[in-house]
Amino acid sequence: MNPTLDQLCDQFGRLVATGPSGSRPPSNPPAPDAPPAPIQRTEHAAKGYDLEVTVAPTAVVMAAEIMDRAGFALDAITGVDWIAQEQMEVVYDYFHPTAPGRVAVRTRVPRARPEVPTIAAVYPGANWHERETHDFFGLVFAGHPDLSPFLLPEDATFHPLRKDYQP
Amino acid sequence: MNAVDPTVRPGVNETFVLNLGPQHPAAHGVLRVKMTMDGEYVMRAEPVIGYIHRMHEKMGENRTWAQFLPNTGRIDYLSALHYNHAYVAAVERALKIEVPRRAEFLRVITSEMNRISSHLVWWSAYLIDLGGLTPLLYAFDDREKLLDLLEAVTGSRLTYTYFRFGGVYNDVDEAFVRGTRQFVREFRPRLKMYRDLVTTNIILRKRLEAIGPISAELCRKYGATGPVLRGAGVAYDVRRAEPYSVYPELEFEIPTRREGDSMARYLVHMAELEQSLRIIEQGLDKLPEGPVMGKVPRVLRPPAGDYCFAVEAARGRFMVRLVSDGKDVPYRVKLRTPSFSNLSLFEEASRGMILPDALALMGSLDLVIPDIDR
Amino acid sequence: MSFLTHEPYRLLLALVAVLAFVGVNAMYLVLAERKGAGRFQRRPGPNEAGYGGWLQPVADVAKMLSKQLLVPPGTDTILFRLAPLIVLAPAMMCLAVVPFSDTLTARDVNFGLLMVFSFGSINVLAVMLSGWSSRNKYAIISAARVVSQNVAYEIPMLLVAITLLMITGTMDLNEIVRQQAGGFWHWNLFRVWVNPLMPVTFVIYFICMLAETNRAPFDMAEAESELVAGAFTEYAGMGFGVFFMAEYANIVLGCSLATVLFLGGWQSPIGVLSGVVWFLLKMYALVFTVIWVRWTFPRTQFYALLNLSWKILIPISLFTLLLSGALLKLFHA
Repeated sequence: MNPTLDQLCDQFGRLVATGPSGSRPPSNPPAPDAPPAPIQRTEHAAKGYDLEVTVAPTAVVMAAEIMDRAGFALDAITGVDWIAQEQMEVVYDYFHPTAPGRVAVRTRVPRARPEVPTIAAVYPGANWHERETHDFFGLVFAGHPDLSPFLLPEDATFHPLRKDYQP
Repeated sequence: MNAVDPTVRPGVNETFVLNLGPQHPAAHGVLRVKMTMDGEYVMRAEPVIGYIHRMHEKMGENRTWAQFLPNTGRIDYLSALHYNHAYVAAVERALKIEVPRRAEFLRVITSEMNRISSHLVWWSAYLIDLGGLTPLLYAFDDREKLLDLLEAVTGSRLTYTYFRFGGVYNDVDEAFVRGTRQFVREFRPRLKMYRDLVTTNIILRKRLEAIGPISAELCRKYGATGPVLRGAGVAYDVRRAEPYSVYPELEFEIPTRREGDSMARYLVHMAELEQSLRIIEQGLDKLPEGPVMGKVPRVLRPPAGDYCFAVEAARGRFMVRLVSDGKDVPYRVKLRTPSFSNLSLFEEASRGMILPDALALMGSLDLVIPDIDR
Repeated sequence: MSFLTHEPYRLLLALVAVLAFVGVNAMYLVLAERKGAGRFQRRPGPNEAGYGGWLQPVADVAKMLSKQLLVPPGTDTILFRLAPLIVLAPAMMCLAVVPFSDTLTARDVNFGLLMVFSFGSINVLAVMLSGWSSRNKYAIISAARVVSQNVAYEIPMLLVAITLLMITGTMDLNEIVRQQAGGFWHWNLFRVWVNPLMPVTFVIYFICMLAETNRAPFDMAEAESELVAGAFTEYAGMGFGVFFMAEYANIVLGCSLATVLFLGGWQSPIGVLSGVVWFLLKMYALVFTVIWVRWTFPRTQFYALLNLSWKILIPISLFTLLLSGALLKLFHA
């Protein structure tokens, strides 16, 4: 068993149970028979990560702090546009440089107001990842120092990876 | 020798902005770095990227799973086979496709040959940055042999699309095995020559030792991987952290140096060449007979959900995150590239450095700009 | 043809010969460098134009002459156009006093050493002018580097020159060469009974010469990987070509001086059959070494370059100066 992951399960359990604005986060589509729990151990060989945590958008910074204290590094920040459900998902992938274990922290925001707090204060590397996700989806990372276009041209006002993007 | 000048105070002395523009002999590709300089000292180096942004992630949503495969070879053209590997393995993970052992060994052997050729290009380009224009010709001589071998098998010299879902598309013949063994035999003395002529040269050592220190904590905060992280003392290699393919059966070391300066990253790169040779030799020795393609369903529709796969590319950790909704076109393809994270720490690491040292630091990060921009 | 011995005609002919020597050298040294670079890099170098590439310099000159002489807006136009003219003049003037053989000196003056070292510093001014008047940040950084580098390396070079002046007792370059008559053991390089560190002095002079002519590994001024073309970024066509010519003219001058001062000039190594051929052989051997060094080593950092001069070369050359002075006074007075 992986002690790091077990500890993380405990800490996330507390975060999900007592975290800010704890309305139950919706499930991943398409839903299997039962809605998945917010904290799930997954099979690395099947999915590529060991632990999957779903948190509310406001708990994202605390989740990042938990990961930082446990010694994880930020792998990627992925945005997904679930247009059919009027939601956008942000997935934070973490890897550990010296211990085994891959963790994915997910959160969902409504498509009409896609705002997530920035974790750039915890992980400086998130600065670039969040700027790129903003470029592609229009997700606003509240508190980010500079959300100007990064990969897109400086005067771009469009967000190409949105499912309703018309070129 | 520490080149950071403590008497220079930003804002007090006059600064000017020097644009290491997209067209510049030292920028490895189209990278723009806006440097706020105080004389020769870099006060702030802000990389501006996006000059070769082709939006592979959007292309992933407009093509079927198989049609996206050639894109992977173009993200980091120097180590295309690693990127092929991550993508096909992610889809194989989703569809639970079995890959025959011969195909796995071929994937490992060709990937390691790709790693050697990528590191040779890095070495040549880095030395050109530092003013030594000759090693390029010697390294490309070796690389030419590798490219000939890989071309006979894959059909391409640079942007390979050799892997397929379920295996590789072409089997290798006796000539390839013989040629690769001969290459390994001939390359080891060349490595020794490079060490004697270049690595131990006093001017190079003065240029790289104690220049551009990057600590393990800085790497962790920015997600830097590959030789940058290994040069800072952390023995992190995806082939050992998240073992894939037949790497668990092969013996190789993870070269690590503790100093964290540019020389450490340089030496890690050179040591990895030797380790790749070891892997190739073992792979050729253990290469089993058998098919090179497994059973793959005719129509590729991975079950809904998301799947990740990470490989140790030549530059660091490359991860693919696929989100599928059960259709034959991906819903989302996320490419986590190593050069993106490696470059993100450049701004903090180069503060206060003198310009030649900042450029030595940037070269040691082993950047490929299409890898950053995708 | 008795008018040829008439002094003004002889002088005119000699000066034209010097100009021709500089011009042809500049052209063909570029080719030699490119062929040498090619061979060091295991490739043939230019071999298309003419047999084995012998017409390549003609093609290069034709190309450069046909380019527009751009003067970018905002530059100081007078200084911008003046710089290429100033940079070539010192090399030619100094070569006029170098003895190619016993009788082949354009102008045999008895203060040749002094003249060479005074005029040799003018090309720094020209590079500074070109860098400053270009109104280009890369050019300004490069010009500042050139000035500090050349100032730093002038000093050990002058200390070496003074040491030699003391040892040989004359500033006349032809006289210095005549003192080295006999076999190669009479060359100044081996005059260790007066200055035991003479070979070291020669190495110091060679390093200073590399630094003064901005050649690798001291080519910070035109470090292509960092500063594009450095001080000469804004020059196009023949303006750039003149700077190139000046660089090779300076290399020829530096190697000629090294030959004259240390390697016996036109003296033959076996004592007989001295002449201009030996001078040219020795000089071109040194030029080959300069080219060889350029394509072998990477570049030093700027502060390492200055450290080398101020902290290593100057103390050593001061020490040799004092040592030679002491030995001269004690044993050879």
